[in-house]
Amino acid sequence: MPGVGTVYRWELFKLRHQKRTYLGLGAAILVPILFVVAVHLRRHHERGGGFAFSDYVDRSGLAIPLVILLFGAIWLFPLISALVAGDIFASEDHNGTLKTIFTRSLERWQIFAGKTLVAATYSAFAILLCGTVAVVAGSLQSGFNPLQSLSGTIVSAPKALELVYVSLVIYLIPIAAIVCIGLLLSSVTRNSAAAVVGTLMVSLLFQLVGILPGLGGVQPYLLSTQFNAWQGLLRTPIDWEPIIRALWVCGIYGVVAITAAFLVFVRRDVAGG
Amino acid sequence: MSSSADDSSAPRAAPSGPSSSDPAGASPIEVRGLIKRYGELTAVAGVDLTVNAGDVYGYLGPNGAGKTTSLRMMLGLIRPTEGSVRLFGRDPMESVHALEGVAGFVEAPTFYPYLSGRGNLEMLAAYDGGGARDRVDQALETVELTGRAGDRVGGYSHGMRQRLGIAAALLRDPKLLLLDEPATGLDPAGMRDMRRLIRRLADHGMTVLLSSHLLPEVEELCNRVAIVRLGKIVYEGEISALKRGAGTVYGLETTDDDRALAVCRAQAGISEVRVEHGRIAFAADPAAASLLSQALVEAGALIKALAPQTVSLEDLFFSFTEGDGTMGAGEVGNSDQAPAAQTAS
Repeated sequence: MPGVGTVYRWELFKLRHQKRTYLGLGAAILVPILFVVAVHLRRHHERGGGFAFSDYVDRSGLAIPLVILLFGAIWLFPLISALVAGDIFASEDHNGTLKTIFTRSLERWQIFAGKTLVAATYSAFAILLCGTVAVVAGSLQSGFNPLQSLSGTIVSAPKALELVYVSLVIYLIPIAAIVCIGLLLSSVTRNSAAAVVGTLMVSLLFQLVGILPGLGGVQPYLLSTQFNAWQGLLRTPIDWEPIIRALWVCGIYGVVAITAAFLVFVRRDVAGG
Repeated sequence: MSSSADDSSAPRAAPSGPSSSDPAGASPIEVRGLIKRYGELTAVAGVDLTVNAGDVYGYLGPNGAGKTTSLRMMLGLIRPTEGSVRLFGRDPMESVHALEGVAGFVEAPTFYPYLSGRGNLEMLAAYDGGGARDRVDQALETVELTGRAGDRVGGYSHGMRQRLGIAAALLRDPKLLLLDEPATGLDPAGMRDMRRLIRRLADHGMTVLLSSHLLPEVEELCNRVAIVRLGKIVYEGEISALKRGAGTVYGLETTDDDRALAVCRAQAGISEVRVEHGRIAFAADPAAASLLSQALVEAGALIKALAPQTVSLEDLFFSFTEGDGTMGAGEVGNSDQAPAAQTAS
């Protein structure tokens, strides 16, 4: 009998045949490479000039994925996630294919669940891919060297590599919330462009609120703040508090968004297409 | 599309008795009091219809009459405001299991343009489960798309997409097929092939509900029709009963039409007398027409031609949907109450 797994497999198949899939993955590969090229050029042609974390990056290639995580939170990773999450329901409206799949042998909730899992898988894959490319390119550029933690202690290279990948996994917590918001906008707007841009706007709005004077009290509960939770891993001892907070704060954002998206999707009339 | 009755590529005949799709022997489609409102707009204003096993059922109405909205509700795509739909006794809004043994499409069939025709069918077969996957080749062959199955659907013509829509429906091995304007946009050969395909499917025992603007097509294919106007059914029943109810219309040419006209108007059993296209037309039963011929001769209006005329479904359709009342539109609800002997306008 067909089920959520069937939808999951065929949605992955569909993703492999769409250009936007490769746009996001291409960015996930290119950004760390461009970053490393920039570091290389700076070292060889402008030695002495610096940027935030340039010392870290020069000492160990394993710092590069972490610096990319830091800056990628502003727009890169939310955009990559939104490319698929914002499109996955809206594209069915665009192609008029909801009526095609709703009249087969799958319940609407199964289709919703399969698509949601695929959007999450894509985002996770893109971030892990980006991190892996950054590790390889960074190690080639600056060496597979021990890393200095945010507390000033030195972490061996193998341990630092482990921390990089755990950081990537922690990073998936706020990304999951972004995916849920993208799915909600995709379901509600039924317009791919509006949902993708809208998701990015929501992400930027959180960051804007985070820098507004007088709103410091809400900062720990903003979605944008949770993108820094992984930094707790780079402290000695590990600071779990921001990670635990990210779990429940993102959980609230995510559950509210995905519940609303679900209700809209399963209850809607399919009058077009 | 194959025009030959190729049994190997045609769906299996439906069993005559209750099947797995109609466990209680319920009608393939039973719609009662179906209403759909969008705010102030009433798209469907109370539709009742029953499609029996083996019917090829025409669902007719002008644009905006609510046909497609009704079909969407029948397929569970739109939630009715009021009323109920039962497919083989099951409610499609409750569970997709109500669509077991049911297939079709509303408006133009739609697919993923970046996938091939085969890719689309394989995906839909996976969504259907069961043995649908094994029917992909057969379905492509039935609609003669095997040679283009590997091409992306984005490059398909309208006719090819229509045929792929039929193929997608056949994957489900349906016992009930709902088709909304399947011949729209096809060239004459494509329309002919589509008609033959539907005929062939019906001959193999499939129940078909066919929404169409092509009245000759409906007249050729369907045994029963519902005519919908402004969201309401104004006639439901057998085409033959509808035509019978319309009475027999005769055309008359004589040597003296003025005198003949006066005779016709005075003659018992003759009604709806008028002049059409330069000759007299009237409604009568055969006995009254015989007596009229005698009266005409006696009055000195010699008969040059007196012949019954065929009332087409198109004539009847317009009389119902354009509502001048000559067919008693709005007065009939089913074939048992077909319009009394009246002529098509």
